[in-house]
Amino acid sequence: MTVLEVKNLRKKYDEFVAVDDVSFSIQEGEIVGLLGPNGAGKTTTINMILGILEQTSGKIEVLCENLESCRDKVGKDINFAAVYAHLPPNLTVWQNLYIFGLLYGVKNLKERIKELLKEFDLEKFKNYKSGLLSSGEISRVNLAKAVINNPRILLLDEPTASLDPHVASLVREKIKKYAKDTKSAVLWTSHNMKEIEEVCTKVLFLSHGKILLSGNPKTLAQERGKNDLEELFIAVAREPLSLQ
Amino acid sequence: MLRSNPVRLTAHFLFPIMSIVMWGFISKYMATFGKETFNFVAVILGAVVLWDFMSSIQQRMMSAFLEDVWTRNFINYFASPLKVTEYISGLVLTSLITSSIGFALTISIAGLAFGYNILIMGLYIFPFLFLLLLFGIAVGLFITALIFRLGPSAEWLGWPIPFIMSIFVGVFYPASVLPGFMQIISKILPPSYIFDGMRAVIAGNFNIGANLFLAFVLSVAYLALTYLFFIKVYKRNLKTGAISRFGSEE
Repeated sequence: MTVLEVKNLRKKYDEFVAVDDVSFSIQEGEIVGLLGPNGAGKTTTINMILGILEQTSGKIEVLCENLESCRDKVGKDINFAAVYAHLPPNLTVWQNLYIFGLLYGVKNLKERIKELLKEFDLEKFKNYKSGLLSSGEISRVNLAKAVINNPRILLLDEPTASLDPHVASLVREKIKKYAKDTKSAVLWTSHNMKEIEEVCTKVLFLSHGKILLSGNPKTLAQERGKNDLEELFIAVAREPLSLQ
Repeated sequence: MLRSNPVRLTAHFLFPIMSIVMWGFISKYMATFGKETFNFVAVILGAVVLWDFMSSIQQRMMSAFLEDVWTRNFINYFASPLKVTEYISGLVLTSLITSSIGFALTISIAGLAFGYNILIMGLYIFPFLFLLLLFGIAVGLFITALIFRLGPSAEWLGWPIPFIMSIFVGVFYPASVLPGFMQIISKILPPSYIFDGMRAVIAGNFNIGANLFLAFVLSVAYLALTYLFFIKVYKRNLKTGAISRFGSEE
């Protein structure tokens, strides 16, 4: 079943086209990597799916409903974590999870928070103010917030950017398990190509707002005559025209 | 947030308390000149507590909004199912709660220290407070919308607004003492009618129906206009992407 479908999405700021005719879909349990150099349009795409940026044209469908017209209905099925989205630093970890749990209308909220604190190894920090946590700890709090409502669509913008390899690996495992267990669709951006190869079932390479390449992360590089995804990424950034 | 950071209590409650203490002493001193003909304490402290209440509504709304600016939290809120009307309601509610506590504190101090009795205005205190609440929300919405539109630095437009407005609305004097052009501005501001009414009631003239009506009509009109302004700015920010960047790049 298709959980997220993006059709001909376009975002134009005056004369600058940030996202240009982007179309893709994500099925149940699928983790799709959205890749590309800085300024390629990854975050712009994510922000439009989140509903905090209005598209110039195109359509976003969540569980077969038009996001623009049914945001009230499907809004509770979407959540996200991003390195640039901060939780209020003066609130404790528990308070933050509680407030966002209320906003997303989570049932049995206190039980859900207990589960998440345990799952993300945050129990000892539950009464710590979020602003006092290390970047790795706050990333885990962000991820706990991102799955608090068991979203059917999880958008992760560089979720492991500030984590050490050990914690990053644990997070990858948790997200993979989450997608599989809940049959959720995950859209994942990262600049860590090994991570993408490990986690994603499909990748989309964006360049100048357009999808330049898409395919299986394990085979796409070879199909394009490159040794690995990292080499392909560099080629996308340096000479996108040669790959069209 | 107040519980986790008691320093914030200073901004919420210390300034209104200082204001009432200072004006209390000024009123007491002034009362020594004209005790027989004019109730300085009732008029001046009545004006101070009412004006502080309205200013507090506006400034607490702005502060609550600024908290979200400083913590760069808009993206989390507006990406959630929270509606913009619910967000505005939250700003109003937090502002109303803190301002009401501040109001209770100031009238208590005014009563204990200077013998001021808020009930000297009788039941008129309720429409006065209600109308000032409406207008305070309107001004608060206007300022938050302005910050939302122009960026965090626009907060500096918000802080002096109560002071500037107090000159025109005649908090401490009748607007009739103002020069003609200032009286025109005074006539389009609802608090002018409220403070005029307050002085009339304290002087024993209870025929202030027209004042209350005009203040109500103007306050509702400002509230509707500023709400529409906020929504317009929000929609613009959805188009420009300012919500996700707000507080960092704006």
